[in-house]
Amino acid sequence: MAVNQESGFLTTKVSDFLGWCRKYSLFPYPFVTACCGMEYMSVSSAHYDLDRFGAAWPRFSPRQADLLMVVGTISHKMAPVLQMVYAQMCEPKWVMAFGVCTCTGGFYNNYATVQGIDTIVPVDIYVPGCPPRPEAVIDGIIKLQKKIQADHHSMFGPKSDERN
Amino acid sequence: MSETKKNNPSPVLDQLIARFGEAVQIADAPHGDTVIVEPTKAAEIIGWLKNEPGLDFNMLMDLHGVDYLPRDPRFEVVYQLYSLKHNRRIWLRVQLGELNPEIESVVSLYLGANWLEREAWDMFGIVFSGHPDLRRILMYEEFEGHPLRRDYPFNKRQPICPPLTKHL
Ligand code: SF4
Repeated sequence: MAVNQESGFLTTKVSDFLGWCRKYSLFPYPFVTACCGMEYMSVSSAHYDLDRFGAAWPRFSPRQADLLMVVGTISHKMAPVLQMVYAQMCEPKWVMAFGVCTCTGGFYNNYATVQGIDTIVPVDIYVPGCPPRPEAVIDGIIKLQKKIQADHHSMFGPKSDERN
Repeated sequence: MSETKKNNPSPVLDQLIARFGEAVQIADAPHGDTVIVEPTKAAEIIGWLKNEPGLDFNMLMDLHGVDYLPRDPRFEVVYQLYSLKHNRRIWLRVQLGELNPEIESVVSLYLGANWLEREAWDMFGIVFSGHPDLRRILMYEEFEGHPLRRDYPFNKRQPICPPLTKHL
């Protein structure tokens, strides 16, 4: 058996299995600051029902969440708070930029707005739109799940790419 | 409409001019009674409008700054007062120069002016002397300059968090 080898048959399967578990048990933390929040409510409630994709139960403590959904405009004044929330989440964790404000700053090309949250926290999936339709968010979740499945997962320790 | 206003000043404007004379000028404005008042007299005039029986402008609807950059005097502070009793409004405009735009605070008259004056300070750098706590209200303390001034570069950014370098 290949149990003791470092990258043998069994460890690969463990990674796949963990990825499969993790992608269907995303606990989102909604960091809702602006109008996109309306669309977040729509996508997470019964009509569009994110529960079908295993990403339904919002946790309002970052320590219990593994998907940070940044929903709405992030101002420079808010940026340290977002970084703090991201730092408080346990590994493995993923970040979704929900809406064009979080992707690039959108049309708020001004003194107050962070020009894309990827300048302050690493982002895994971008969902553009102002606001994005629930279908787009669901598509983003599915793409993120594919990404999670393709990642390397280990039982203990951080994600293999060790960002931040 | 503005013509009519000019030719038939409302009773409030009549009283205002009778009381303060030169310190008050009627401005041509389509939306209603508007006067340009002298900066040194503004707080006194507002106090009078608030307390004079028969006028009772007991509510400060809004207070904001304006920057008319090429113009001299450059800044303006606009007060919009409302009388709940008589359902009447009046606008007061105060013109302030570019250097040391400063005006007396009206927080002692209207408590609601507190945050409005802080906002005008934050955005335009207009100083309200006698304000109990003149700090920034929207921008963060580290921010330099006043973002709604017309000479603030529109693409200037002052992020608090340093940009991420180590990812992806
Ligand atoms: S992307 Fe549009 S809807 Fe979403 S927060 Fe920005 S302005 Fe609001």
